[in-house]
Amino acid sequence: MFMLSTTPLQGHCLTDKLINPEAGACVFFEGRVRKFSRGREVVMIEYEAAEKPAQNEFRKIVDELKKKHGVFDACCAHRVGKVHVGETAVWVGVSATHRDEAFEACRYAIDELKKRLPIWKKEHYADGTSEWLGGED
Amino acid sequence: MKTIRVYYYAVLREARGRAEDTVKTNAGTARELYEELQKHHGFHWPSEKLKVAINDEIADWSTVLKSDDEVAFLPPMAGG
Repeated sequence: MFMLSTTPLQGHCLTDKLINPEAGACVFFEGRVRKFSRGREVVMIEYEAAEKPAQNEFRKIVDELKKKHGVFDACCAHRVGKVHVGETAVWVGVSATHRDEAFEACRYAIDELKKRLPIWKKEHYADGTSEWLGGED
Repeated sequence: MKTIRVYYYAVLREARGRAEDTVKTNAGTARELYEELQKHHGFHWPSEKLKVAINDEIADWSTVLKSDDEVAFLPPMAGG
């Protein structure tokens, strides 16, 4: 399951979606907005996403997780719009039989979604400037 | 002539000044369409720095476009 949200993410709602009597392990990751990025003080990050392409690409990542890592399921929720320092920007969770696969799969999920999902972040700094990350201008 | 609905995001959206366009084009592939729009609007990112989604699926730049396709040009990603 993949969803975008303009409001704070509710982790417990998402872990509920991963309940499976055969899954002995559930591992999730929360990515939060940090105060400092590349030496600059961040006040807020603005996220933008291409929703349907992101949903489709996340579905491919879930298929890979099921094949490679023996995972039952994975869920991801990502904020769009303005997210302030300390708030959770992304939540990704996986369920698997055992903890080894679950930890590995969660790592794979966050690494892949950061590389492949069409989501962009614009950092807003304390000095009033802002910058899109991910490519040189 | 093909009619293509084009979507821009992030830095490209800001450079274009809008999120969507409907374009009439003779471009064959997604790359040719981007290069046409790049020349027209002065985008300074080459297609090598971007990705493209066609009808909501990330696709190869060499994909041949059909009329009524929806094409999104995707700047380098940085989510998570």
